[in-house]
Amino acid sequence: MAVIDESGVSDTEGRKTGWAEQIPVQYWVVAILLLIMPAFASDFTLYQIFGWSFILGMIALSLMFLAGYGGMVSLVQMTIAALAGYMIAIFGDSAITDISQGWPWYVTIPIALIVAMLFGSVVGWLSVRTEGIYTIMITLAIASAFFYFTRQNYVVFNGFSGFNGVLPPNLFGVDWRGSKAFYYLTLFWAVAAYLIVLYLSRAPFGLALQGVRDNPRRMAALGFNVNAHRVAAYAFAAVIAAIGGILLTWQSAQVSPGTAGVGPVIDILIIAVIGGMRHPIGPFIGAFIYVLLKTFSIDVLTSLGLGGERFQLLIGISFLVIVFWSPDGILGLWDKWRQRSDKDPLRDAGESNL
Amino acid sequence: MNAPATVADRLSATGTANALELRGVSKLFGALAALSDISITVRPGERRAVLGSNGAGKTTLFNCITGDFLPTGGSIRFFGEDISEFPAHERIRRGLRRTYQISLLFTGLTVLDNVYLACCGVSRGRFSFIRPRRNDALMASAEDLVRVVHLEDAKDTPVSVLSYGQQRQLEIAMALSGAPRFILFDEPAAGLSPTERGELVEILTGLPSHMGYIIIEHDMDVALRVAESVTMMHNGRIFKEGKPAEIEEDPEVQALYLGGDDG
Repeated sequence: MAVIDESGVSDTEGRKTGWAEQIPVQYWVVAILLLIMPAFASDFTLYQIFGWSFILGMIALSLMFLAGYGGMVSLVQMTIAALAGYMIAIFGDSAITDISQGWPWYVTIPIALIVAMLFGSVVGWLSVRTEGIYTIMITLAIASAFFYFTRQNYVVFNGFSGFNGVLPPNLFGVDWRGSKAFYYLTLFWAVAAYLIVLYLSRAPFGLALQGVRDNPRRMAALGFNVNAHRVAAYAFAAVIAAIGGILLTWQSAQVSPGTAGVGPVIDILIIAVIGGMRHPIGPFIGAFIYVLLKTFSIDVLTSLGLGGERFQLLIGISFLVIVFWSPDGILGLWDKWRQRSDKDPLRDAGESNL
Repeated sequence: MNAPATVADRLSATGTANALELRGVSKLFGALAALSDISITVRPGERRAVLGSNGAGKTTLFNCITGDFLPTGGSIRFFGEDISEFPAHERIRRGLRRTYQISLLFTGLTVLDNVYLACCGVSRGRFSFIRPRRNDALMASAEDLVRVVHLEDAKDTPVSVLSYGQQRQLEIAMALSGAPRFILFDEPAAGLSPTERGELVEILTGLPSHMGYIIIEHDMDVALRVAESVTMMHNGRIFKEGKPAEIEEDPEVQALYLGGDDG
């Protein structure tokens, strides 16, 4: 501290511009579009396309947080989401009245979030000592174990069929499964999760996480407990995934082992990779593309005279194409395009962000 | 070693204990003895230079002291406390700091953010979810440290575009974060221009007198200007210890340095 005291008081820069002026105009356009969407979009578009995109985007965002900022590719995020869904089904209301406890939402939702966070922390604690492919293998093993366990356990998880009739509470007299209400509900939580992750990326916790990703040895030499930081990141990501999982369960009104089967678990990784892992907007872009493909590729394929059940083929091909052209996903393509336009001598040199 | 002794150890830390006390430290990499039977005692506030040719084990010694890896044998005491089994971050939190020979910086972040991160690491704010505000104490101390190493003009530049010399200065700023009690400098002058060396000597000699350090330095001129005692290492062993003048005059040291028998 003695070193510091010599230099006197730090001068303050007058950054008085309002927060609204700092937000680029594209953000305003997207925000307004999303807000007025229910005025012209169909119920199907709101509920199935956007609602689902926001939910999958949040679950993929939790992976992006771990992989993009922490360098930890966890395949367990969909499992955590499903676990949260199971918790509100088991402790709250569902059609399976033998098991469901029927507790009110303000008890079940905190339980779901806490259980998911604990589960995420345990998974994190198990996997932080590994790196790269081994992290993927451990988390995939846990995800598979969860899938088989829930499928075979009838006492708590009701086995193969899981729970149906899991409905959101009728809070404020709104039917939250109505298309407009559900759209705004998912939009709110997706934006909240997005903003929190974005904010966190520059807070000490997020900065340190990126430091741990880039150079764990150096971080330890700065006094950071590297493994504790990684586990904390898992716990935080688990909460985001859990919120997504609760919304997902409400959307389809059911949760079953298939919710977190190996297929959906891998899909979350695909979504994050398609969108891009360098910025929290990536997972949402990836989720939107994934949902569009999954919803409409059947129509495209049947119109081409091919079997509609081959929609996975289209998803796979798009995945290959995007990864082939841009390892950073859609975000990478966007950056490439921007760099090219920035080279235009008639324009000002673009200010690089991130 | 045994748990009940630690309280007494910590009490002695404020009193007469040595800043750093190595007893019979050795490090084996397979069959290769990188360090064998190193015993060094450094008083609080003492400034020590470690000299030696490449492969003498100087950086390995630093790695053992900071806990980058654990020594194969021997004990390390830091202000009286046995830190031999501590993980690196626990040693750092007790006031030990180091710089790296090859700059290990966060190239995607700015100069200020690098120092800020270093300040977070040794504070309770390391898990903070809240971004630093304008009057943030950690950020203020980071800005001060940036000024101490003369990088205030480059504080918002990403580290990737810094010159080599500036990166070395940033390493030093990061090692000064928090309240260091003892610092290990691993060849801070390597690759610096004569002017930058002058600045480095100025920074080192300007440190508060209670802040001891060990500096690894090839450049005898720099080493002798910033250190009051010298340890000479050779092939993983301590070869000579003494005052700078004695070491410089020593015929054996001269033979070793000028003979160049092991490059």
